[in-house]
Amino acid sequence: MLERTVLVGSTHGLHARPAKLFSQAAAAAGIPVTLTKAGGKAVNAASILGVISLGIGHGDEVTLAADGDTAETTLDELAQLLLTDHDA
Amino acid sequence: MELQGIGIGRGIAVGRIVRMPDPLPEPAVSPSSLTPAQEGARATGALSAVAADLLVRAEQAGGVAGEVLEAQSMMAADPSLVDDVTVRLATGVTAERAVFEAFAAFRDMLTQLGGYMAERAGDLDDVSQRVVARFSGVAAPGVPDPGYPFILVARDLAPADTASLNLGQVLGLITIDGGPTSHTAILAREKSLVALVGAAGAQSLADGDEVILDAANNLVMTSPSAKQVAEAHAREAARAARALAPVSPGALADGTPIPLLANLGSADGSAAAAALGAEGVGLFRTEFLFLDSVTAPTVAKQRVEYERMLRAFPGKKVVVRALDAGADKPLAFLNDAHEENPALGLRGLRALRASEQILRDQLDALAQADAATDAELWVMAPMVATVEETRYFVALAHEFGLKTAGVMVEIPSAALLADRILRHADFASIGTNDLTQYTLAADRMLGSVAAFQNPWSPAVLRLVAEVGAAGAALGKPVGVCGEAAADPLLAVVLVGLGATSLSMSASALADVRATLGDFTMQQALHLAELALAADDAASARELVTAQATEFLDSPSEPARVVPSNTHPERY
Repeated sequence: MLERTVLVGSTHGLHARPAKLFSQAAAAAGIPVTLTKAGGKAVNAASILGVISLGIGHGDEVTLAADGDTAETTLDELAQLLLTDHDA
Repeated sequence: MELQGIGIGRGIAVGRIVRMPDPLPEPAVSPSSLTPAQEGARATGALSAVAADLLVRAEQAGGVAGEVLEAQSMMAADPSLVDDVTVRLATGVTAERAVFEAFAAFRDMLTQLGGYMAERAGDLDDVSQRVVARFSGVAAPGVPDPGYPFILVARDLAPADTASLNLGQVLGLITIDGGPTSHTAILAREKSLVALVGAAGAQSLADGDEVILDAANNLVMTSPSAKQVAEAHAREAARAARALAPVSPGALADGTPIPLLANLGSADGSAAAAALGAEGVGLFRTEFLFLDSVTAPTVAKQRVEYERMLRAFPGKKVVVRALDAGADKPLAFLNDAHEENPALGLRGLRALRASEQILRDQLDALAQADAATDAELWVMAPMVATVEETRYFVALAHEFGLKTAGVMVEIPSAALLADRILRHADFASIGTNDLTQYTLAADRMLGSVAAFQNPWSPAVLRLVAEVGAAGAALGKPVGVCGEAAADPLLAVVLVGLGATSLSMSASALADVRATLGDFTMQQALHLAELALAADDAASARELVTAQATEFLDSPSEPARVVPSNTHPERY
């Protein structure tokens, strides 16, 4: 199991648009990826409702986790998305 | 029969009612006769059909609306939702019920999160309704488009509804809920639509009913006679003619000039405002330059925008408000701290002082733009509460070479201290929306207290009178730049209370100009006294309306022909 921990960059957190972009990318990855907010439960990263329901705000620490051959590149790509400020 | 409500604007419309469809009934809680697997297949089928439909709509819509629809499409096909539906189906309920409950559960979760997340709850409700409609084979509820012009009746309109409204076909809007600052009311003012909000009795209107929607008189007339319809059409035509009449500077019947200015949020609307007869800009909001930015825009970038605005009004007054942001309109570089009561927090001038360089840069850019153009630039600070804040802002603006610096009066404290504040400020501009919110202690964004958000409140008017009296005593201009100035009769009252200029959405200029021209200063003073002496907003409006009608019905009233030079120069 590979993990990446990042601080969320979007000004208003993972609400509508940032969550949509993130879940779309996670669904396109083709391998199961989980997203966990520090101290919270793990959700399917490809689920926009799951991602929104974590209530992730700007600067919150979150962890991505995945298994498999493509896990490393997938996690790098998703981590980059989380770091970007999509509200800018 | 007449149904009462709160009219927005002065318009009148005649047409047939089309009702916004009511939400679909909740699917019944009855055990399924199918197996969970069979119900699962039905659920998946309905969800994926709705997801596909929303995706098609997203592509057609494009832009921001397209993004929202695309997110909704993903919600319909969401794996967590499908998992939740599967768990519910195992208890033997129908697919309809399981899907409905699953959406409701996610909705509650979003609502509990609050803020930006809670705003997505409405999107989720819409998806849920579409899926329920798909199961029962009926059309999904949405904004109707009957193919002929109509008057829309709705409980209230959500932003998503107004976005999909075909404005070319809508003669008027009636809402059962909602107040004068509701989304519907704001849309109506922006688009010059005839509207009546908070009309509880409109619940009884049915599709196809012919009505007269009379915003000026705050009512809907059902089953009108042919004569009433003809009169309404005549008033509609007269109003249209007035809108086409050549624009002249704002003035009372006795010639007292009351400059009429426009509220603008960017330079884009300036040409349209000037065409509608705006004699300048009474409130230029500068937030648009900042809201989309991660960091404050540079002096050079701001200067370009300010010059664009000032060039549109050569020789005219343009009042620019310094950045008005805070926890309610959060800007990461200004104040991103969470506040329990953003309206009472570090906002307006308070936030600017905490990040003084942002204020200095803005004043610097404004001074440069002023030097390069011919408009008469005035600057003002938002959310000023004290004399000390006034002195701070005015001194700083003068330091940058900006000659005319004033303050917004939005906090009761500033109104009560107007005689002292105006000794230091070059002018005051009253923001009636916030002044009403703070005077009545009623959040202007909260529907449940919308009834308090009424600028006819005698308490608010008394505060306006304080500022007007201070301005007259010290020879300083007092403008009004809230929505109150866009209500023609209230505009007359505000002049009677001492307002020397009025600023509003450009679409309101024609009606306010016409109404000001119907009354003399003496009559305006009389109307103001009546409003101040009333018990509450409703009776203030009633008393003033009755007396105004009496003034208009006695055209020989001598005050109407008093020459203008009998009044002291007020501006």
